[in-house]
Amino acid sequence: MNQTKLFNLFVIVLALTLGIVGCRPKPKGPTPIPGMTGTPRGTNDMFGVGPGPGPTLPADQNPRTNPNPIPEGGVPLTRFDPGAMNQDRDRFAANTVYFDFDRATIKPSETSKIDDVVRYLQANPTHAVQIEGHCDERGTEQYNLSLGERRALAVREYLVTAGIQPERVFTISYGETKPAVQGHNEAAWSKNRRGVFVLLTPK
Amino acid sequence: MKYRLLCPLVLFSLTAGPALRAAAQDEHEIEITRAGGAKLIPISLDGYNGEVLLALKFDLEIQGFDVTGSDRAQYLVSGGNNSDVTGQLTDRVSKSTLLSVRYTGATPRSEAHTLSDAIVEKITGRKGIARTKIAFKVESGQKSEIYVTDYDGHNAVAVTQDQTITRDPAWAPGRRMLYYTSYKASNPDIYVHDLQSGTRHAFARYPGLNTGAAPSPDGRRVALVLSKGGSPDIYICDADTTNLKQLTKTKEAESSPCWSPDGRWLCYSSRELGRSALFLVSADGSSKRRLATDGAINCTEPDWSPDGKTIVFTANMGGFQICVVPALGGSATPLVAGEDPSWAPNSRTVIFTRNRVKGKGVVSLLDVPTKQTKDIQQISGSCSQPAWAK
Repeated sequence: MNQTKLFNLFVIVLALTLGIVGCRPKPKGPTPIPGMTGTPRGTNDMFGVGPGPGPTLPADQNPRTNPNPIPEGGVPLTRFDPGAMNQDRDRFAANTVYFDFDRATIKPSETSKIDDVVRYLQANPTHAVQIEGHCDERGTEQYNLSLGERRALAVREYLVTAGIQPERVFTISYGETKPAVQGHNEAAWSKNRRGVFVLLTPK
Repeated sequence: MKYRLLCPLVLFSLTAGPALRAAAQDEHEIEITRAGGAKLIPISLDGYNGEVLLALKFDLEIQGFDVTGSDRAQYLVSGGNNSDVTGQLTDRVSKSTLLSVRYTGATPRSEAHTLSDAIVEKITGRKGIARTKIAFKVESGQKSEIYVTDYDGHNAVAVTQDQTITRDPAWAPGRRMLYYTSYKASNPDIYVHDLQSGTRHAFARYPGLNTGAAPSPDGRRVALVLSKGGSPDIYICDADTTNLKQLTKTKEAESSPCWSPDGRWLCYSSRELGRSALFLVSADGSSKRRLATDGAINCTEPDWSPDGKTIVFTANMGGFQICVVPALGGSATPLVAGEDPSWAPNSRTVIFTRNRVKGKGVVSLLDVPTKQTKDIQQISGSCSQPAWAK
């Protein structure tokens, strides 16, 4: 983990230095993730895998507190190839993130569970995660599919902000089709509004 | 009871592009009485039995008629179904014969639908809906498939056997091509299915969410919801998947795009302002504005009537409500408890889902002016997301 952090810091410093002289380095990102089938894009940010133009961190900003700011329109997604990765639903079973009704914002009570996943992914650079977004049954069906995706993306943005490469974080929305708990009351609903981590390891 | 309709000025303004806002300010509403108003038209059926009688009764009762005795009816239908379905329609007051027909060569049910369409058109001037088609989702456990049936739920055909989540059916004009979302490739992707040949191909397989396909009224373009940019947004592309264009760019959830009948506007649901509301945007991405739905909140699932006048949608106010609002916004009128509304080609009948949250969705028909409802013939499983072929 410490090595990864040091490496990230090194890349940031390198990117900033080269950015000053207007040169865009060919990035030396981490080992490519197996199963990553997204189109290659202009890779000139600190991790060599991010979208859009390179980072413009002010010199006085501590990169560790906000190393990878989320652009206004969101962080573009990569298509997940299920044939290339093993899925482990148990590893992060205790890290499920819960949401308030009709909301897709991460509650303070949930952040430590996501921080666990951040630390794991930093320590295991060839591993990735898929985040499933789920809803309770009280929204309409098409709306819930978008809300579930929004929830999964909120968790993804947290991971990316914490420095995890966007290409290692996939999302899928199930809307309300896969409730964790059956029932038509708040006890069930509160368990169904969730983001579930599925660990992906190379085959 | 009177039924509110917008005057032709509104229709004009829908085709006037950026003039939409200005026209909306000049909008005035006139009140006219629909043919028959919200009152049921009493009609009698004499000489029919079995499936034909049931089909005729169903067809007429969901289109604003009250099937009653010949002593109380305004219109009399007499005929039979011993071999061919025959029918003679008489105005009881004027004693004039309005229709005299004999149908042959089809199934009794189909001939009954043909007769009811003729009766509805003769009396009201509107085209009947009895020979139209619908598609909907049938859910069993955590899997769902798409079915196509007659508008009353009969003659069901399973379109998909994907053994996964398959949902959000939407018709291209002409009843032949059906778009839907399937998780067949371990991701929600949009497929387009040719019902005639039985073949399908992937229409949208971008990273993330691909759903909410809505073909334009001329079938040349498709609106859809994609999250590939990092948030669910509304896009449009050509029917051959080229020319993809992003219409919204928010960090909130967008869903359920639908088209104005002239193909110039889209209506969709967004949480952009903090809770779900309906928005209009022109198909070139300009002139985005909120659609006022006074009296209704948490609005999703809009569908624009084929005559351009009315948008039906789902409001969530401690329970789902089917509501209508004039296409340029205004007061929303709640009609009945339910969700997932879709207009019939007649711009009068709506198909919707009721009871889904209690575990078993039921697809039901609603005659908007009279608020009469009828459940369609049910398929085992929870049925929802009906889409009416136009």
